[in-house]
Amino acid sequence: MFKIWEDKQKLYENGLFIPLFNLEMRNTLDIIVCVKHVPETAEAELKIDASGKTIEKAGLVFDINEWDDYALEEAVRIKEKLGGTVTAITVGAEHSDSTLRKCLARGADKAIRLTDPKFEGSDGYAIAKILHSVIKNLHYDLILTGFQAGDDSYSMVGPILAEMLRIPHATLVKKIELGVGTARVNRELEGGLEEVVEIKLPALFAVQTGINEPRYVSIMGIRKAMQKEIKVMNLAETGLSEADVGEAGSWLKIEKLYIPPVEKQAEFLKGSPDEVAAKIVEILKSRGLI
Amino acid sequence: MAGIFVLAEHRQGQIRDITYEMLTKGNEIAEKLNVELTAVMFGKDVKEKGKALSEYAKKVLVVEDAKLENFNSEAYQKVLSSLIREQKPTLTMVGHTSYGVELAPRLAASLNFPLATDCIDLTFEGENLTVTRQMYGGKVNAKATIKKAESYIVTVRQAAFTAKKPQPPLNGEIIEKPSPLTEEITAKRFVEYVLPPPGGVDITAAEKLVGVGRGIKDQANMPIIEEFANSLGAVLACSRPVVDKGWLSSDRQVGSSGKTVKPKLYIAVGISGAFQHVLGMKNSDLIIAINKDPNAPIFNFSDYGVVDDLFKVIPALKNKINELKGQKA
Repeated sequence: MFKIWEDKQKLYENGLFIPLFNLEMRNTLDIIVCVKHVPETAEAELKIDASGKTIEKAGLVFDINEWDDYALEEAVRIKEKLGGTVTAITVGAEHSDSTLRKCLARGADKAIRLTDPKFEGSDGYAIAKILHSVIKNLHYDLILTGFQAGDDSYSMVGPILAEMLRIPHATLVKKIELGVGTARVNRELEGGLEEVVEIKLPALFAVQTGINEPRYVSIMGIRKAMQKEIKVMNLAETGLSEADVGEAGSWLKIEKLYIPPVEKQAEFLKGSPDEVAAKIVEILKSRGLI
Repeated sequence: MAGIFVLAEHRQGQIRDITYEMLTKGNEIAEKLNVELTAVMFGKDVKEKGKALSEYAKKVLVVEDAKLENFNSEAYQKVLSSLIREQKPTLTMVGHTSYGVELAPRLAASLNFPLATDCIDLTFEGENLTVTRQMYGGKVNAKATIKKAESYIVTVRQAAFTAKKPQPPLNGEIIEKPSPLTEEITAKRFVEYVLPPPGGVDITAAEKLVGVGRGIKDQANMPIIEEFANSLGAVLACSRPVVDKGWLSSDRQVGSSGKTVKPKLYIAVGISGAFQHVLGMKNSDLIIAINKDPNAPIFNFSDYGVVDDLFKVIPALKNKINELKGQKA
């Protein structure tokens, strides 16, 4: 199969052959990566907004969800090795374009943004339905998602999407080895243990952080990505109804957000760095730790 | 209302702690609702193990099948959905573990029953289920209501509830159910367990640990922490992001997917305190945390806290310790 492909490729390069996109000829992979544009909150001080149902977003930096970043990198690495295409897809408002641009700059070929005011308030289940409505009409051999999102951490979109598409899945994936029609993946279990699972393709893998080292984007890449088109689709174009999405189509409805109550609050040591250091040294001395 | 199901989780012959934690919480809810708690367990030759569960539940359903020897979410989904369809429990509790996250979302979607994941608390008000779960890496709690349904599924966070054996034990009846698996599961197959190669350091043996997190920002800054740990005679440990970025090897990782430690001293530097990390270090004798975010969850698990820039505090602390050592010498 590879031989035929190479021959046709040569003919194509010489302008003698127009490739037929027929399934028989394919020995490359089409990969879909589902991404989310989220606020970076690991080192930020968060405040609940006046509605009590969401956090104050002003001042927060938004970027690709950390887990999705690894999923994207994995997709691009597979493409670089085996050939094929990478399509990045997101459900989110217009500002999600910066995450899609990042995907394009890093090596994705196409980007799709699913945007509609009616999508507001969607939980993981509703998001999976929205993604499904579009992905079911695309060709794919592999779908990659992040294991969870850093904002709502549902950890459910990937497996639900796989169920809707009737393809097998694995979560917490730390390693992917592709074979013929199947893949072997390492799943992260507790306490440092992993399990190896063999899964038939097409399949969906929800990727755990640390599976690879995401690359930095070159300035050239970003410039090139600015010229690539982002396809935008709304509720009507997905074929879903209002009842399928947003709060109406969700399992979960957030009633209230609050800063977790403190069970055992630390005693705060105050003062200049030198003063604080002196206090810590006293504590350690009193406990015989230095 | 019908009963409550708790899915027992086991691996390599061991029932996992989350099972007893869920059974304890499940009993509390079952009593309040005046319904029956049922433990369900799947596997190969696990009936004997069902006895341990019967102390916690009035009924234990066991399904034995060679195809259930190792966890396989496809096989589990088939068996559990057939039991849920047959017994119609109001609530099914599954651990928010590597097994539970693989199984529960797909199970819920296939049955069309609503699911709430990673719950740290759950309460029924009448027939309505309200859950508490965390967002933004544990910095915010959310109270959420689940869409009304005849049956709910939840995944429960590890260590959110403390296991407590009912006194006297419930000595529930162990009932064997036939396996509904007629064919081999071919789409997904368990191959083997693998352990990462043992590293050079055993952080679980250290008396003093300095744990470093995302706040270190760059591998180039690592010597600042290493020198500090050396001055203190402590071993260097870390949270997950530091391993993900390849700055330290995985044998130094503290947390649910790494090691559980209980040193005399744990100094958390630039670690925000996501529950996965806290699970691995909260039982240390003395915990001191340094973080620039005053609301970082790590401060809720620490004895002492410093809200400041680690790049200022750590060098100052190192100097003070070295001064003291100079005096002693």
